[in-house]
Amino acid sequence: MTENKPNRRELLEWINVVSFAVDDVKLFLDTHPCDAEALEYFDEFKKQRVEALKEYARYYGPLTLDTASTSAERWGWINEPWPWQEGGC
Amino acid sequence: MWNYEKRLQYPVKITQTNPKIAQVIITQFGGPDGELAASMRYLSQRYTMPYSEVTGILTDIGTEELAHMEMICAIVHQLTRDLTPEELEKSGFDKYYADHTLALWPQAASGAPWTATYFQSKGDPITDLHEDMAAEQKARTTYDNILRLVKDPEICEPIRFLRQREIVHYQRFGESLRIVQDHLDSKNFYAINPEFDLRSGHR
Repeated sequence: MTENKPNRRELLEWINVVSFAVDDVKLFLDTHPCDAEALEYFDEFKKQRVEALKEYARYYGPLTLDTASTSAERWGWINEPWPWQEGGC
Repeated sequence: MWNYEKRLQYPVKITQTNPKIAQVIITQFGGPDGELAASMRYLSQRYTMPYSEVTGILTDIGTEELAHMEMICAIVHQLTRDLTPEELEKSGFDKYYADHTLALWPQAASGAPWTATYFQSKGDPITDLHEDMAAEQKARTTYDNILRLVKDPEICEPIRFLRQREIVHYQRFGESLRIVQDHLDSKNFYAINPEFDLRSGHR
């Protein structure tokens, strides 16, 4: 099977980008809950974020509880470095 | 309920230790205008907030401040992790080291410990939102002060990101204040305190 393994650094950068978009528009929506453009923006980036987090977990280990796999033999959550450590996210 | 996400909101990759600047930056962890006080302020104020837009803002900004606290801690950690006893002594980090080794502990740049007296949770939305707007500006000034001392671009970049977030939060709190005022008597905003006088059963 030929799987196209994503570049780790690029995928993480993408996760940071789409997550920031979601974080920022979330605050805007709190005070502008009926803004149609912001609602659409949120939906789009939230979708991309969920996809990217799933893809990252598949190749490089989970960043969130919801993408942590229970099928593996070892609990993957503690395998990869923590964000403040060398090689962390 | 909170869930942890195993990444920083904005990357922190510092390759050169610098204990001198770490002692300054730590103030945004445990100082008077730091991220810990910011988070505790908003997360404490939200329980009695009667307007859901504003409860949302307090919850979501209070949560983001936790992520900022983590970034500040990552910066301080990376600036101090490889220090030798000689470097510790020369940089003046030896006093902190005596009490905490190289662990993170919330204190101001002056060494004063973090305290809940850094913030108020007053139970009046006009009062609390003015405090919140002021807090964002005070944090922004602190980041400006830090940026005048920092030369290393690896430190500058995440600090600039954090500074920018203070301005966005200030904007959102300003909108929150407007939302609160829209609910009040436009001739006298202070006629009642909606967090006390408008509770169900107390009208």
